[in-house]
Amino acid sequence: MPNCGCETETMSHQILQYALSGLSTGAIYSLIGIGFAIIYNSTGIINFAQGEFVMLGGMMTYFFLSLLRLPMLAAMCLSILLTTAVGVVFERLAIRPLRNANPLSLVIITIGGSILIRGIAMLQFGKDTHSIPAFSSNEPLVIADATILPQNLWILGITFLIIAANRYFFYHTINGKAMRACSHNRRAASLVGIGVKRMVLISFAISSALGSIAGIITAPLTMTSYDVGIMLGLKGFCAAIIGGMSSGVGTVFGGLLLGIFESLGAGLISSGYKDAIAFIILLLILFIRPQGLFRKAETERV
Amino acid sequence: MERRVSLLLTVVMVLVCSSAACAAPPIRIGGLFAVTGPASFLGEPERNTLEMMAREINGKGGINGSRIELFVYDTQGDATKAVQLATKLIRNDKVVAIIGPSTTGETLAVIGVAEKEKVPLISCAAGIKITQPVRKWIFKTPANDHVAAEKIFNHMAKRRQKKIALLTVSDSYGASGREQLKELAARRGFSLAADEVYSPKDTDMTPQLTKIRGAKPDAIICWGTNPGPAVVTRNVKQLGIKIPLYQSHGVASKKYIELSGADAAEGITLPAGKLAVYEILPKKEPQLKTLREYDQAYRKAFGVEASTFGGYAYDGLQLVVGAIRKSGATPDRIRAGIEQTRNMVGVSGVFNMSAADHNGLDLSAFEMVRISKGDWVLAH
Repeated sequence: MPNCGCETETMSHQILQYALSGLSTGAIYSLIGIGFAIIYNSTGIINFAQGEFVMLGGMMTYFFLSLLRLPMLAAMCLSILLTTAVGVVFERLAIRPLRNANPLSLVIITIGGSILIRGIAMLQFGKDTHSIPAFSSNEPLVIADATILPQNLWILGITFLIIAANRYFFYHTINGKAMRACSHNRRAASLVGIGVKRMVLISFAISSALGSIAGIITAPLTMTSYDVGIMLGLKGFCAAIIGGMSSGVGTVFGGLLLGIFESLGAGLISSGYKDAIAFIILLLILFIRPQGLFRKAETERV
Repeated sequence: MERRVSLLLTVVMVLVCSSAACAAPPIRIGGLFAVTGPASFLGEPERNTLEMMAREINGKGGINGSRIELFVYDTQGDATKAVQLATKLIRNDKVVAIIGPSTTGETLAVIGVAEKEKVPLISCAAGIKITQPVRKWIFKTPANDHVAAEKIFNHMAKRRQKKIALLTVSDSYGASGREQLKELAARRGFSLAADEVYSPKDTDMTPQLTKIRGAKPDAIICWGTNPGPAVVTRNVKQLGIKIPLYQSHGVASKKYIELSGADAAEGITLPAGKLAVYEILPKKEPQLKTLREYDQAYRKAFGVEASTFGGYAYDGLQLVVGAIRKSGATPDRIRAGIEQTRNMVGVSGVFNMSAADHNGLDLSAFEMVRISKGDWVLAH
């Protein structure tokens, strides 16, 4: 076999490309997953409307850019603000009035909310897919024969920045510490004078802002339409589960692992099973390590 | 009392008869479209087109003096609903012909109803199974997918591209395309270097394309509807793949170029329905006038460009109207009339129906086009 050496060489290049592709999609999953984790930790519910915040971020930016012709930065800030407002209103109207309901009914309410938001977005923005321009050049960067787009680096960079900011917020500010206290023991927290309801509201505000940021930074690559939230939301949820619902490094690793497994699975096994691989991982984690990959059974959540 | 009733009846009669409708009974035509739900991108322009055309025909005095009365229902893309609504159209609304449904799945489900009740059905779905085998009462206006596939294979054969890679979407459009591409490749002696799929909502196809690049094909054929093919186009550029990329007729709209970016879409070749590219067609093209008129009328009525999908309903109604003018307005006369249609210039192509062909379109329904500087040019 004269060409044996070159075959293995192409193989290793391929694997490098799979890994890079996986890292870049994984970073998107991580960012969405963190939004799930923050709300879960302060309220105990899984907010299935998280994917819709992602959609709103991307779609609103597109509309501010194309209809109102705002500059890029203004369009992005405005859509983050508006999505955050939607998150806050959602908490006020759908979650707070039912605070004594059990978590399961609240989860179902978030599903209802997500269908409502998606429907309104469809009526307002139409059913077309849209794309927004990349933040910097569109020319791929070559790393040892594998390529990555500058936008992927933006996504990775912004994701890590947000994680650092989260870490600072939860460990070094009064509000952040108060939210951690709520996640440990809501009753004890309210006894020492923490406004639990306010913390829940803040958690919705933060995660809807994070969701919209995820939607904005990924829209140049993945494009956006009124229904992108469903699949991205599910993948983000997988990432959060793998990471044990931590709002920090755990979920980030969860997302990156998921991205890499998907990409390797599609490349080396079969592309038809790409989504199946994600959900098989999810099921395995739920069966074997329901507390997540990176967590001892009983530790703090935030 | 009795006098009062009869007086009232007379007044009603006078009111009804004063409208033109009294001249002849209206012709009742049914429409079944997925106006909402996941296939609404098909159903919405189809319904719009049908209503626009009925208005136009009635404005010109109807067909042989009879107005068209439309009964259009939304199936939401659901086969069960389609069957219920088809029954309702036939039994309650007493329609003489049905245009639709929008998707292949729904059409296959309602075939039984139309055949049993003996009402002609002109489907707006592309699936080859609708008219093969031929069923007496069932017609369809979109060209078969394999016609588009065949155009691509002819183009590849001219360029001696023998080893091909497939990248298809895992929905019914992609699955049907994949099946027919593989069958055509085997029949025409092309070898299959790779056969990859992606799911409709995938946002990154670099893994599949990396694998395809490793297999070193002469050409890649991607089969899907937006946004997947646009992602593939961008990924091909990102990976620096120089292998020629073909797309299917499913993305023959400016939207695809916009989503991919003119830069990444440069040089992509695809078979396009003629409506999408009528502006660049040669002057002698027989469909040119129909296409331009339809597009302009649609833009005027709805403010957006006409889509190929709306064209399916356009052709459907044209077939029915032509048959009524020629043979008469009962279901069996309409059926016979449609089957005898020759050289009818429509949006999807020039129709030549026969007892053995209930689609009536050939290779001329598509035009091979290439993308150059963000616009279409004819590919020769």
